[in-house]
Amino acid sequence: MLGFLQRPVVVTADINLNVVALTAVGLLSRLWQLAYPRAVVFDEVYYGQYISFYMKRIFFLDGSGPPFGHMLLALGGYLGGFDGNFLWNRIGAEYSTNVPVWSLRLLPALAGALSVPMAYQIVWELGFSHCAAVGAALLILIENALITQSRLMLLESALIFFNLLAVLSYLKFSNSQKHGPFSPSWWFWLILTGVACACAVGIKYVGVFTYLLVLGVAAVHAWHLIGDQTLSNVRVLCHLLARAVALLVIPVLVYLLFFYVHLLLLCRSGPHDQIMSSAFQASLEGGLARITQGQPLEVAYGSQVTLKNAFGQPVPCWLHSHQSTYPVIYENGRGSSHQQQVTCYPFKDVNNWWIVKDPGRHQLVVNNPPRPVRHGDIVQLAHGMTTRLLNTHDVAAPLSPHSQEVSCYIDYNVSMPAQNLWRLDIVNRESDTDVWKTIVSEVRFVHVNTSAVLKLSGAPLPDWGFRQLEVVGEQLSRGYHGSTVWSVEEHRYGRSQEQKERELELHSPTQTDVSRNLSFMARFSELQWRMLTVRSDDSEHKYSSTPLDWVMLDTNIAYWLHPRTSAQIHLLGNIVIWASASLATLVYALLFIWYLFRRRRRVCDLPEDCWLRWALAGALCAGGWAVNYVPFFMMEKTLFLYHYLPALTFQILLLPVVLEHVSDHLCRSQLQRSLFGALVVAWFASACHVSNTLRPLTYGDRSLSPSELKALRWKDSWDILIRKN
Amino acid sequence: MPPAVGGGLAGSELRPRRGRCGSQAARAVGPDVATEATTRSPKRPAPSSRRFEAPGRWALLALVTLMSFATRFHRLDQPPHICWDETHFGKMGSYYINRTFFFDVHPPLGKMLIGLAGHLTGYDGTFLFQKPGDEYEHHSYLGMRGFCAFLGALLIPFAYLTVLELSQSLPAALLTAALLTFDTGCLTLSQYILLDPILMFFIMAAMLSMVKYNSYANRPFSAPWWLWLSLTGVNLAGALGVKFVGLFIILQVGWNTVSDLWHLFGDLSLSMVTVGKHLTARILCLIVLPLALYTATYAVHFMVLNKSGPGDGFFSSAFQARLSGNNLHNASIPEHLAYGSVITVKSARMAVGYLHSHGHLYPEGIGARQQQVTTYLHKDYNNLWIIKKHNTNSDPLDPSLPVEFVKHGDVIRLEHKETSRNLHSHYHEAPLTRKHYQVTGYGINGTGDSNDFWRIEVVNRKFGNRIKVLRSRIRLIHLVTGCVLGSSGKVLPKWGWEQLEVTCTPYLKETLNSIWNVEDHINPKLPNISLDVLQPSFPEIMLEAHMVMIRGNNGLKPKDNEFTSKPWHWPINYQGLRFSGINDTDFRVYLLGNPVVWWLNLLSIALYLLSGSIFAVALQRGARLPAEVEGLSQVLLQGGGQLLLGWMMHYFPFFLMGRILYFHHYFPAMLFSSMLTGLLWDTLLRLCAWSLASFSLAGHVHTLGILSLLLGIAYSFYLFHPLAYGMVGPLAQDPRSPMAGLRWLESWDF
Repeated sequence: MLGFLQRPVVVTADINLNVVALTAVGLLSRLWQLAYPRAVVFDEVYYGQYISFYMKRIFFLDGSGPPFGHMLLALGGYLGGFDGNFLWNRIGAEYSTNVPVWSLRLLPALAGALSVPMAYQIVWELGFSHCAAVGAALLILIENALITQSRLMLLESALIFFNLLAVLSYLKFSNSQKHGPFSPSWWFWLILTGVACACAVGIKYVGVFTYLLVLGVAAVHAWHLIGDQTLSNVRVLCHLLARAVALLVIPVLVYLLFFYVHLLLLCRSGPHDQIMSSAFQASLEGGLARITQGQPLEVAYGSQVTLKNAFGQPVPCWLHSHQSTYPVIYENGRGSSHQQQVTCYPFKDVNNWWIVKDPGRHQLVVNNPPRPVRHGDIVQLAHGMTTRLLNTHDVAAPLSPHSQEVSCYIDYNVSMPAQNLWRLDIVNRESDTDVWKTIVSEVRFVHVNTSAVLKLSGAPLPDWGFRQLEVVGEQLSRGYHGSTVWSVEEHRYGRSQEQKERELELHSPTQTDVSRNLSFMARFSELQWRMLTVRSDDSEHKYSSTPLDWVMLDTNIAYWLHPRTSAQIHLLGNIVIWASASLATLVYALLFIWYLFRRRRRVCDLPEDCWLRWALAGALCAGGWAVNYVPFFMMEKTLFLYHYLPALTFQILLLPVVLEHVSDHLCRSQLQRSLFGALVVAWFASACHVSNTLRPLTYGDRSLSPSELKALRWKDSWDILIRKN
Repeated sequence: MPPAVGGGLAGSELRPRRGRCGSQAARAVGPDVATEATTRSPKRPAPSSRRFEAPGRWALLALVTLMSFATRFHRLDQPPHICWDETHFGKMGSYYINRTFFFDVHPPLGKMLIGLAGHLTGYDGTFLFQKPGDEYEHHSYLGMRGFCAFLGALLIPFAYLTVLELSQSLPAALLTAALLTFDTGCLTLSQYILLDPILMFFIMAAMLSMVKYNSYANRPFSAPWWLWLSLTGVNLAGALGVKFVGLFIILQVGWNTVSDLWHLFGDLSLSMVTVGKHLTARILCLIVLPLALYTATYAVHFMVLNKSGPGDGFFSSAFQARLSGNNLHNASIPEHLAYGSVITVKSARMAVGYLHSHGHLYPEGIGARQQQVTTYLHKDYNNLWIIKKHNTNSDPLDPSLPVEFVKHGDVIRLEHKETSRNLHSHYHEAPLTRKHYQVTGYGINGTGDSNDFWRIEVVNRKFGNRIKVLRSRIRLIHLVTGCVLGSSGKVLPKWGWEQLEVTCTPYLKETLNSIWNVEDHINPKLPNISLDVLQPSFPEIMLEAHMVMIRGNNGLKPKDNEFTSKPWHWPINYQGLRFSGINDTDFRVYLLGNPVVWWLNLLSIALYLLSGSIFAVALQRGARLPAEVEGLSQVLLQGGGQLLLGWMMHYFPFFLMGRILYFHHYFPAMLFSSMLTGLLWDTLLRLCAWSLASFSLAGHVHTLGILSLLLGIAYSFYLFHPLAYGMVGPLAQDPRSPMAGLRWLESWDF
């Protein structure tokens, strides 16, 4: 019990001054004059609007990445007491006084600063010397592009931080595997690996590549573990289970947690509501929730409803009809039925109301008690304002000639009978006797005569159709597609027998009260799906580049220009580091192949443990570079130089590893080794010099003269802004 | 390094099994050839059984082949009208017979073979192949269908032999053959004029030859080894020559070869010279030979198609000069661009076309309501422009004036010949690419404003040089806004006649989009020169053809609000393709896999992964397996591993493809999946029989299992055969239909 009385409490601290010093200079380089410039710099304009949404707790949808990164930035705003009141509309706009610039930029800067000591730790944990480790950290420290990117309100530095953290904690874990499996520190590093991976993925989807790399290395290690016959079967199983939980289950849970917090924070309706389903919108405060509050849940015969298409492409819209008819002859000479148009209309309108009618009765009001409509029932849909019935027939649709025209039936007394019976098909039913519910049910209308399905084709009609969207009957019930699915958004029980009364009723707002809740998983899956499928128009950008431009730094991005002087901030790397890192990767690959072939013929140039270290360093650093770089060749979105920074970081880690290897194993004599050392020092000095020369473009603190700027344009492809005075 | 790494899929580990195969095969023959089974005991010593074995094997192979041909050729002439994509590939076959140049997204070999088959069987190329459903009438179409069916029928003996080689077990091979023979999907796909049977033939032939040459690994450089190795190369060329998905089998063979070489390289008993010989042999047979053959198909393609046809506009001006009937063929035009010339301007980006305008305005709400300017792929009078000086309107063709050449850096005006409007741009957003400026036709009878002025520049040339027709790569820079004339490659909506958008881009980055060349050039005052100097070399033609094909493939994007087939639909047989007919009065053919076969395949993949990983972990844990089980586990891991790899290679890449996908893309993968099923069930049943060895009936478990599988598959084919051979009468929803009750999934529409 009282053991501490017998023995003194001893705290032994093991402080690596290298790490402390590196952290200090890292902080200095990233935090120095952080609040300058007090203006919106480049993509801050993009992330800033989302921070404002968080501050105001308004729901938004951003397809560029999961919410953790945005939330991190918003945390900075929250800590600085930001109220969200700033108009993010223009790069270069001066921040008003209520924007806590310093604290908004603090978290990315801290992440960038901590990457410096982490680089040291990683190289050290890979089994290389302190000298190499310090070298790696210093290279990260003086890399201009990394400094620029982490001093602004942007996400790459946090992504790099968590990438490095994942690799570092996995290395710590795998090194403690030898002496203390299942010890607290073993568990700590293992779980931290999983959490860091999830954080990286939570910031940007590209984090998934580092996660896969770590998983791959872990799988290879686990496979060796299975082959280790000194371990009992039970113990192997424990090892595998622990890894599966920490590297598969925990990341998924953490990722879900991000969305949970995200949805918890954003509880108010906002500008992107329209993209989401009605059920999702109803779960937000204000907006649709206010309209749908208190609607009856079950749709009954006589219900007045608006029907929203579930697909939401090209725009969310409601089933609509109006007095105008289809033109007798279209522009291209085809004929129509000349009946009343049925369209999909992207705005709320009184003509969006439809009445669910029982084909067997004439009345358009709800009985008491209401008779609910169930899956499989045959219904008619009467347009509220004109009481014409929704109809389709074997006439080609105006813009999609392979589909059927949908109209509201007008009896012209020609040989074209009404075909207005529709079978209700509830897509997300749980049983075949499910009742049609407001908002929650996703339904399809299957035409009884032709088995066509009511579908939004998405094509905008010409002028005669007021540019509303075309609705057709698709003959083939070819599987599930969002454009054939509709849901009731607004709903009330019709009470008026007479047309005039009914029109008044349709114009009046809905009342009564029921609340509806969507489960978290349902909201998560919908939000995630929309985020992945929301289309950002492929905007061409002045500073966009291709992956091939990145390796040798053939491009740059002008981030900010002082409104009056020529002080400016650029995303521009240290060309010496970029070029030598690429060279090191090449040297590594060639040496690796050479050693591999020689080993295959049983010629061992390296001792076994040295080879394993060399291979692991390559797998993590060169592999980290490859997985963070190569996939960009296959991406179709607009790419920028900053997409390369995570890959670059891994490449920089490889650089001292290769240098140390060359010095230890390829330099045969002491003289060669000293010479090589001198060369490395000279090379490092030149990197420092370049870094210092480019410093004005990194920090933007000094205004350079046009001639100085021209002198900095070392490559023709660099775009440095020179004022014409 | 742990011992397991570098194990690879080498043939060498299969070799020890060959010693055992005699007795195994003897047992295997027994149960299947029912009459022999009764007279023969399963444990008969190997030497005496070998006498019966060889003829028995040949007889089985003959039986399998016969069944396959019988099913494929049965009712081949039905329906006597165009089905589905026959309209494309039949038409392209006709193009070869008529020697007219056309463009297609697939390499030429498949269509050339179809054309050849048609030519040899008396088809004269006169049928138009306009749309599915057109009757063939008197035209001879059976030759082409028969050729495809012949190749499709060969798939089954190939699969049979491949599995036999991999598993050394006749029941496994028979099961595979039955799965494929009785699959309605494979059957349907083999009966029409399509590329798929040809593609699958080459894929399976390559797989078979690869497996065969692996089996000769203990006799390297022997005659059969060389034969199979070079046959592999030939078939690879064939597969790639039919469709680009042939690349997947190349990757698989490549992977097999690399791991094989890695094995040989690690074998210290072989000298480096021997390893070098191995390497050279593979480079020769698997790289040089296929490349040569592939190139040869293109050489034949371009040699045969020497007349101008519907594909001309997709290709560059220099390319078109080769085609007889094209206006550039044997043409002679003035060499240097001069004022007053009538020209056409072609985009340097392939498959974009000519700068075009026509008498239609941009619709209301889309920029200024002025005349549309687009690019258009086909030759047309509306592609003609007159090049004029920016500041004078005098007719430069006036014979009294001297000829004045256009020079690099000159400011010019381009007047549209038909409508006399000037090429114009201004600060309005372009219709589709919102960040660019709109390009229009403006002015009346050539009089416009300063927004009609363009500076003409030759890429990488000095100022003051003349501009060469066809050769010079030019840019047109708008004088007022400083933007560059370019084509975005995007298709305009209906109002723009689905031609491509032309914009003026403010981003001055040098891309092919903004580079043009002058193609036609008419100027009576200038002497003409012959265009023969422009003849592109064969490598240039090859490169260009590939660029155009790749762009064409990328252009096949699905539209919004359209039902498209997704890769995950395929293995579960979610939805078929309608080959012919919709209504109950039509003759209907529906491409759908036999659901029993397909779902068995799906189950087998899961079972394989499970059993495979159990064995792999057991081996890695160093478990001692009995010799029999050890042998079976080797078959499962190595033979099955190759088949699984084949399935994955032919399936997973589709998830990454952006182009529009169809159900029939899955069939190569399905072949591999069926082979895996055959191999897996045989192995599992053997394992079962082995583990039950103490029971008296154990020996029959395997026999009964295989027999019941065979019968089940055959029965399911009996149920579903109308899908392939054609259905008439009411649809399946109707209880009177022969297919009533067989619509197991709602998504099937037959």
